[in-house]
Amino acid sequence: MNSFKGFVIKELYHIFRDRRTMLILFGMPVVQLILFGFAIRNEVNNAYIAVLDLSKDDVSEAIVNKLLSSGYFRLAEYIESEERIEAVFRRGKVKEVIIFEPQFAQRLRSEGTAHLRIVADAADPNMAKLLVSYTTAITNGYAQELGQRASIVVVPEVKLLYNPELKSVYMFVPGLVALILMLVSALMTSITITREKELGTMEILLVSPLRPFQIIAGKVLPYLLLSLINVLSVLALARFLFGVPFRGSFLLFMVESLLFILTALSLGIMISTVSKTQQAAMMISLGGLMLPTILLSGFVFPVENMPVPLQVISHIIPARWFVVIARGIMLKGTGLDYLWKETLVLAGMATLLLSISVRKFNERLQ
Amino acid sequence: MRTILFILQKEFLQIFRNRAMLPLIFVMPFVQLVILSNAATFDMKNVRLYVIDLDHSAESRRLVSEYTASGYFRTVGVSHSEKQGLESISNGAAHGFLQIPNGFGRDIATTGVAKVQLVIDAVDGYAAGLIQSYTADIISSYGEDIALEIGRFPDTSRQGIRVSSAYWYNPELDYRTFMVPGILVLLVTLIGFFLSGMNVVREKELGTIEQLNVTPIRKYQFIAGKLLPFLVIGLGELALGLTLGRVLYGTPILGSLLLVFGVATVYLVAVLGLGLLISTVTDTQQQAMFISWFFMVIFMLMSGLFTPIDSMPGWAQKLTLFNPIAYFIAIIRQVLLKGSGFADIQQPFWSLCAFASIMLTLAVFRYRKTTG
Amino acid sequence: MASEPVIVARNLTKRFGAFTAVDNISFEVMPGEIFGFLGANGAGKTTAMKMLSGLLSPTTGEARVAGYDVFTQAESIKSRIGYMSQRFSLYEDMTAWENIRFYGGIYGLRMDAIRDKAAQLLGRLGMEHVRDSRIGALPLGWKQKLAFSVALLHNPAIVFLDEPTGGVDPLTRRQFWELIYEAAASGVTIFITTHYMDEAEYCGRVSIMVDGRIEALDTPGGLKQAFDAQSMDEVFVRLARGAQYAE
Repeated sequence: MNSFKGFVIKELYHIFRDRRTMLILFGMPVVQLILFGFAIRNEVNNAYIAVLDLSKDDVSEAIVNKLLSSGYFRLAEYIESEERIEAVFRRGKVKEVIIFEPQFAQRLRSEGTAHLRIVADAADPNMAKLLVSYTTAITNGYAQELGQRASIVVVPEVKLLYNPELKSVYMFVPGLVALILMLVSALMTSITITREKELGTMEILLVSPLRPFQIIAGKVLPYLLLSLINVLSVLALARFLFGVPFRGSFLLFMVESLLFILTALSLGIMISTVSKTQQAAMMISLGGLMLPTILLSGFVFPVENMPVPLQVISHIIPARWFVVIARGIMLKGTGLDYLWKETLVLAGMATLLLSISVRKFNERLQ
Repeated sequence: MRTILFILQKEFLQIFRNRAMLPLIFVMPFVQLVILSNAATFDMKNVRLYVIDLDHSAESRRLVSEYTASGYFRTVGVSHSEKQGLESISNGAAHGFLQIPNGFGRDIATTGVAKVQLVIDAVDGYAAGLIQSYTADIISSYGEDIALEIGRFPDTSRQGIRVSSAYWYNPELDYRTFMVPGILVLLVTLIGFFLSGMNVVREKELGTIEQLNVTPIRKYQFIAGKLLPFLVIGLGELALGLTLGRVLYGTPILGSLLLVFGVATVYLVAVLGLGLLISTVTDTQQQAMFISWFFMVIFMLMSGLFTPIDSMPGWAQKLTLFNPIAYFIAIIRQVLLKGSGFADIQQPFWSLCAFASIMLTLAVFRYRKTTG
Repeated sequence: MASEPVIVARNLTKRFGAFTAVDNISFEVMPGEIFGFLGANGAGKTTAMKMLSGLLSPTTGEARVAGYDVFTQAESIKSRIGYMSQRFSLYEDMTAWENIRFYGGIYGLRMDAIRDKAAQLLGRLGMEHVRDSRIGALPLGWKQKLAFSVALLHNPAIVFLDEPTGGVDPLTRRQFWELIYEAAASGVTIFITTHYMDEAEYCGRVSIMVDGRIEALDTPGGLKQAFDAQSMDEVFVRLARGAQYAE
């Protein structure tokens, strides 16, 4: 047991001495969180529009002012003819062109209707949809102000649960935790173990009095520690810098995290048993673990909108279950009574993968 | 020049002998285009709605059917209890619930103004925003329809501003059309960042770089020898990706292919330079990979690939001026989807050129044959 | 000997932070000499060799190799020397021929010259049959002999060998030394580090490094006499005992 302790301390020392890696290990989650919290916005605002005003009267001017004061739009330029639209879009800045027909105000007053056309750059379809719907809503709102109250009004009272300000950081924090755990526990572990193999130092370890299990545990323990520290620092940052709430049980959260870490570590060990070079380990980890974790876990992109085959695949991705659990505990305050199913799946995965990886590692020794 | 040819020959030999490499080069474009373009979507087509209709009038039933007929919503449960509605949100069964109060039908008939309540799970803020905007559309067209049918307030319903809209470049609003060019950038970037830098650090770890450093090889020859193979592979990947995108999704290629590949070359030099720069300051592949991953994640998140740059706060938008990925994504989308020509993309193109020359100079400068 | 020395080191020092790896060493090596650098692990042998081969800048002192200054003309030195490090440094995923072609090309040899040289050296090593095998599959001894021959490919004036025979069996070591003698006989200066004391006996002159300093420098016979020892082993042990950081 003493030699085991020495080994773990040596490994820890090894990791902590590498300042650059440490900096990134702790810096990356922080930077990512800050980006998600401050810089990355899913919602549309400040989109550039161009206006083709063939009327140039008080109403068209008023509508443009309404649009610009909404915060959704910024005026890039006035254009003079429809032929210019193409050129404006091609330069890429302008996302929407608004066209007022000639005698806009006059028609509105005498005939009761006037025609406003919107041309949207739908290269980004979601953005285009939102811009068109905002423009329509603002124009209609203006028309109502002019004295034409819509005939029947149903007022939707919308209540936004859990995240009333629609901050994207709320949704990203649990996913970020999953991603960090994968990165540290699976990727780092697989590379360190493979590195020993590639540089030939694994054999030296294997002939030492340490048992194979102890070698693996010794390699893995420091990363487990790092993962936990990382999770805690992300949670603290999310809480105190962004005010992301933590509504559920902290203890439950840590237990679930531990389950997920075990799964990730086992995956890391498994990868290291099948790869000969660090490059291979890295590629398998990136392609087989990191990408699915980012894409198919529901971390950024909702799984339910994906084609069915991808939804099916997503079931075997541990992060998918963990993200549901983490969001439930953190943001909704749900407990085991709702999350038992996901927890069971995760526990099953952890047990299965852990036993496979230990078996695989032992096999390779014989 | 001759020396560079010898280095190139050696690099290509090693790349194509690396068994992990070939599948990577050929499988990656497939996987990314098939999985990423389908997975990376913010579309919301199947909003799960829980309905609490306390009114049970013709009007309330009609509102519910407007929701389901819109194609965006699907009912997952009906009851009279708000508590059950909340529960279906907290256990994830529903995205939200619609509660129609008692007297809804009567209010419409008498005053013309009625209320409904919509409670949305806003953990995913973007989805919540979309659900809100869908609701606004449905409810306003519902109001118009009912007004027409029952003929109330006929004198005012005729008047107004008629708004019509056209969606250019992607009239079917297919999200994949938008994503494929971005994914191509991702593909090229992965090659640039990871393979080149890792390659040099591997030589460091194995000790073969020392042998190179005692030869009279010039720094620029070394950098060129390490850069060119991956430039070729990167461009090959781009060609493969473009073909796949065209065949699988009918991705439009409206602009000049020559322009696309020209810009891609400059872009690749920039990221390969950055990858090599990273490799000169790291000693192990683990370190190099970590630093590369770090930069790539930040560049990717801030590139406009998934979220619009225009929506970012001012300081963040200024930061994207230093992000080569952002330039390349903007350019490739414009050229492929809108047919922009060189004149349209000049500005970002020159920025990329500046970035590439800076990275390359730094990489050559930082590479040390003699250490201090 | 009437000719000029090919390596001149005066008060050469290398410090890494507070640690002095090479401390004020001075010596000269004549053309065609086999010059041995002995010392325990960490005594500063490799650091000294890296400074002379232009891989590492000295902190202070001066040195000229093949007539070039190590501070200002490191790149010129590199075209006149061969180098073989303690880690095997040919490319394991390439064949013997591909390695030879690559290094020949880097040193600016013409293609037909490379082909001639390759045939010649593979013939001399008796390794024609593995010309097209990947190096990774060869036994260590073969690899080392091949690496040495590749280091001689461009007819350098000096070859630096950093513990070239580490981990190699006695028979192959013997063959390796035959190669070294052959090269020295053709006028190449050999600068070799080793911690095998029997190998020290093969050298023309030997310098023994302890804690970054040269504690003794003479022919093997001269050293044994001066220390009143039977073998180089004894000489070494006596010197090393005085070391500050003896292991």
